[in-house]
Amino acid sequence: MTATLKKLLLAMLGSVRDLLPIILVIVFFQFFVLQQPLPNIAQILLGVLFVVLGLTFFIHGLEQGLFPIGESMATAFARKGSLFWLIMFAFSLGFGTTVAEPALIAVAEEAADIAAAGDMIGSSLEAKEGYADGLRYTVALSVGLAIVVGVIRIIKGWPVQWLIIGGYIVVVIMTMFAPAEIIGIAYDSGGVTTSTITVPLVTALGVGLASSIRGRNPMIDGFGLIAFASLTPMIFVMAYGMMIR
Amino acid sequence: MSILAEFFAVTLETVTDVLPIAAIIFGFQFAVLRQVPANLGEILAGFAWVLLGLSLFLLGLKWCLFPLGRVMAGQLTDPSFIMAGLEAHETIADIQWIDYYWVYIFAFLIGFSTTIAEPALIAVAIKANDVSGGAIGIWGLRISVALGVAVGISLGCYRIVVGDPIHWYIITGYVIVVIQTSFAPKLIIPLAYDSGGVTTSTVTVPLVAALGLGLSETVPGRNPLIDGFGLIAFASLFPIMSVMAYAQLSAAKAKLDHKRYLQQKEQDAA
Repeated sequence: MTATLKKLLLAMLGSVRDLLPIILVIVFFQFFVLQQPLPNIAQILLGVLFVVLGLTFFIHGLEQGLFPIGESMATAFARKGSLFWLIMFAFSLGFGTTVAEPALIAVAEEAADIAAAGDMIGSSLEAKEGYADGLRYTVALSVGLAIVVGVIRIIKGWPVQWLIIGGYIVVVIMTMFAPAEIIGIAYDSGGVTTSTITVPLVTALGVGLASSIRGRNPMIDGFGLIAFASLTPMIFVMAYGMMIR
Repeated sequence: MSILAEFFAVTLETVTDVLPIAAIIFGFQFAVLRQVPANLGEILAGFAWVLLGLSLFLLGLKWCLFPLGRVMAGQLTDPSFIMAGLEAHETIADIQWIDYYWVYIFAFLIGFSTTIAEPALIAVAIKANDVSGGAIGIWGLRISVALGVAVGISLGCYRIVVGDPIHWYIITGYVIVVIQTSFAPKLIIPLAYDSGGVTTSTVTVPLVAALGLGLSETVPGRNPLIDGFGLIAFASLFPIMSVMAYAQLSAAKAKLDHKRYLQQKEQDAA
């Protein structure tokens, strides 16, 4: 028990160190540039304490729960040898973790507002909601497909750069044809899809898969899943914008 | 609202966020793989820690960082703040992109510091360090990603101020990534591509979005609906370059050290 406690305390020190830069930046700008006192100091201090505790617990749980289960499942799928179920799992993981992602829901709503302001869709609440939901499912679908492609790449051992550069070329070509209003959102949607829980799980899946397939290097073949997951939404969102127009 | 009620509200939000993931994982574990993991208790406890940690983390951010960050982004982009740095006889029409220098500095520093605290990046750095047998340092990766985000966001702010179309920047970035890919050490390439998507999660996105919207609302001639977006794209493109650059620099340094070592040996022999 004391060993665990000691470990947690050490981890907490690490979290404080991780958060120190933000605190310094905020204090510097508040006092020296904007020259204003901090509002509501008690609440801010409590907030900082929560952030430190939260980060500590998260990292602890990550190493105890998310990483092991991700890797053990990857190994189990590799041993089972069923490509069908592995692909089903990869797709569900990508789709399921993205469709409920709060950042994506927020972005989809803003995109609907833009589309309504640009007269691409009606400005009724229903039209906007329909557009936002369509966009959300489009992105979730694209992330599911991205993880599937990424998993197939690990199995086949294709070099990641050809697929990514190919994707870039598609993005560039589509940029020329997509409506101007959607481009900023499409580019942003690549970054917002990968949440704090998805990233460790997907990374563990990739590394675990690459380590249990003979001839694959976990460093070269294991990473890269996140890269696909942040590339395909750009393509799909622009396609969505072109279709709805 | 009392602290406890707010805590439960945020926890509920996190649970609904984690629930589909847990359902998929354990569904496949039991229905398809049909095995119980040896350390099931420990893994479930780990999930509980993740839930608790993420809830506390989000709640803390909601209380201290986000309101402060939004207010600061608003104040720094406020025309009256910008005007204070101008000469007395100048008017709004005389504001040039350089007068927003505090915005660029803020963007750089906040991009760097939020990325250092990003839990998803810490996770990937731990894994990369583990898999590479220590060749890729946790801090080396985190700092180079954070530098990439910092440069990306300040450049993105500059773009909003001058009003250039976003795609030229992104396409140029792609070209640089492609060129770097052909020179960078092979081991780093997948990790570098990954670090683009990893950087923008819980901490960075809300603050950066506030900065972009604040800027596009106050800079004359910008439309927040169109120009307010795009900062996240910058923040996920530049780390790819900075991580490859980090690997290239490390490789170059190792080569140089090796050369020096050989020269030293030759001299010793002579």
